[in-house]
Amino acid sequence: MSNRIGPITMPKWGLSMQEGTVNRWLANEGDTVQAGTAIVEVESDKIAGSLEIPTGGILRRRVATEAQVLPVGALLGVVAEADVSDAEIDSFVVEFQSRFVPGASEQDNVAIGPETVVVDGHTLSYLRRGESGEAVLLIHGFGGDKNNWLFNHEVLAAGHVVYAIDLPGHGASDKRVGDPTLEGITKTVIGFADALQLGDFHLIGHSFGGAIGMLTALRSPTRVRSLTLIDSAGLGSEIDAEYVRAFARTNSRKELKALTGRLFANEELVTRSLVEDLLRFKRLDGVPTALEAIASAFLDGDRQRTVLAPQVAQLGKPIRIIWGAKDRIIPASHSNALGDSAKVHVFPNAGHMVQMEAANEVNRILLD
Amino acid sequence: MQRKITFKQAINEAMAQEMARDESVIAMGEDNVGGRGGEGEMDAWGGVLGVTKGLYGKFGDRIIDTPISESAFIGAAVGAAACGLRPVAELMFVDFLGVCFDQIFNQAAKFRYMFGGKAVTPVVIRTMFGAGFRAAAQHSQCLYSIFTHIPGLKCVVPSTPYDAKGLLIASIRDNDPVIFFEHKLLYGLEGEVPEESFTIPFGEANIVREGNDVTVVAIGRMVHMALQAAEDLAKEGIECEIIDPRTTSPLDEETILESVANTGRLVVVDESHPRCNMATDIAAIAAQKAFGDLKAPVSMVCAPHTPVPFSDALEDLYIPSPAKVKAAVNGVVEYAK
Repeated sequence: MSNRIGPITMPKWGLSMQEGTVNRWLANEGDTVQAGTAIVEVESDKIAGSLEIPTGGILRRRVATEAQVLPVGALLGVVAEADVSDAEIDSFVVEFQSRFVPGASEQDNVAIGPETVVVDGHTLSYLRRGESGEAVLLIHGFGGDKNNWLFNHEVLAAGHVVYAIDLPGHGASDKRVGDPTLEGITKTVIGFADALQLGDFHLIGHSFGGAIGMLTALRSPTRVRSLTLIDSAGLGSEIDAEYVRAFARTNSRKELKALTGRLFANEELVTRSLVEDLLRFKRLDGVPTALEAIASAFLDGDRQRTVLAPQVAQLGKPIRIIWGAKDRIIPASHSNALGDSAKVHVFPNAGHMVQMEAANEVNRILLD
Repeated sequence: MQRKITFKQAINEAMAQEMARDESVIAMGEDNVGGRGGEGEMDAWGGVLGVTKGLYGKFGDRIIDTPISESAFIGAAVGAAACGLRPVAELMFVDFLGVCFDQIFNQAAKFRYMFGGKAVTPVVIRTMFGAGFRAAAQHSQCLYSIFTHIPGLKCVVPSTPYDAKGLLIASIRDNDPVIFFEHKLLYGLEGEVPEESFTIPFGEANIVREGNDVTVVAIGRMVHMALQAAEDLAKEGIECEIIDPRTTSPLDEETILESVANTGRLVVVDESHPRCNMATDIAAIAAQKAFGDLKAPVSMVCAPHTPVPFSDALEDLYIPSPAKVKAAVNGVVEYAK
């Protein structure tokens, strides 16, 4: 295949994605598109997002039509230089289609589903992606899991070995949390890094996972090469405490849907399937107890119990802070808590789940 | 990808996990220990269709084989529940519950009320229902409406393996008598089910499919008929919202009414006979509480008012089909475009 011609294919966002719907094209045939331009909007049964092209060129062919449902890896379009003839594009498409087997890449990847490791008696589930490069550890927030990184994990894995952990009480990890305090969970995370022999690593934490990340860096500074804090807890005391308590407590789809909506600037991103997955998690034995234990250790009345900003500012590590300006859980003003010790990026049209809502922009910062 | 198991395995797993978790949970029923007159695990049949197979080996004496005497062992289960156990009684076919009406209607359902709230009756009666099994009129009925009618009973009708496991665990942990209806043609259905224990609350309908044109409420196996119809209808540009109440008592009226407020059209698919069934009940609720939202009369897709035929051809005609659901949906759409 000529590297003057590049395919645009259906992405795989998260382990469960088998197919996606082409919502709408964001460029016309004949448009010149820069590398990193969002070119087509795709929706899985969980969430919608836009697909960027890695290298620039001219969008020569839109193979997929809007509203079409296609398997992961299927050809959506073709980007090529101006001097590539239409005949070459045609034969590229024909050849791609004749070779494409839905699910074939899935079978290649069959060995790398989620794995588990036992740390201090806790079975922890994690997903590892990437063959070589420095280690990166992704830590999700309260009530989240490793799928919160579905738009980021693969992209980062191009040049790193990236681990997304399910914290105790979350995802597919043990629902017994043991010590539910930040200290207790941080100890488990450090144990996780030791068990997998990560050495030193870049740490990216979202929300509650950001506070865990900061404490990991404070307790074990030699392990943490850099710290990226996304809509992070632990930088100030304000928080929507009612959200935290209600999320821990609720067993009702309606309430959970409304709560999940608060996480996004654009509530339409919350699909029925996303809420259903959360509900299925919440209904597992032990989950409400685990979340309530973590919530009550984390909150002091209506405020965050632990603010780590002053110590973290003294760490002398490279620190990036990323925030959605429309965050309704932890105010975006906390992004300034570290002053000059951190580089700050705030995205105007995103909420608490900025790594999902502004995935392409956040990925560019993470890869920087 | 999560693990997939069948509806039958989901029920077996729910029972095994609850029996392991709580010693007061026992199981009783016909042919669940020694099906062919023998004894021991090798011969343990696990009920007529083998749903509880393997439990006898794990739990021994807590699996009680009963004589073919439904009135006796359902009465024993109700009594055991009143005395502190959590029995799960398997009553082969719902059709045989007729001989246990006093035990269920007048005893189990009433204890909490007759004893001033001081008595609880945490019994679960698991029972098979539904047509399509070539088992004729006395083994094929769909009787959840009768039990839904009685205050004091909870009625659960799962349509997927996930719901079967979560609702059965919830039923076993519930302090009231629960009748748990298993459609025999769903036993082989596979679906994703967590290995861990979990519960689904009663009275929360599942929105199986979202759509803005017609609300289709379907129960048990009928959910799958409705789904097939909805796929066809989507190709014609009609989007159905399919709601599975999951429990007929308590019933999640709110989810149904909210959907009707959005679509203005309601079709109810119920495998039972069309007089005094869930379809008439839900239609009446819509007429009383959503009259102003309705753009067309409520349409019911039910079995005819006749015993289930033994003839294969007639039995196939008897059961509501995707084609009949489709026709009903088209009818309410045509009524008011």
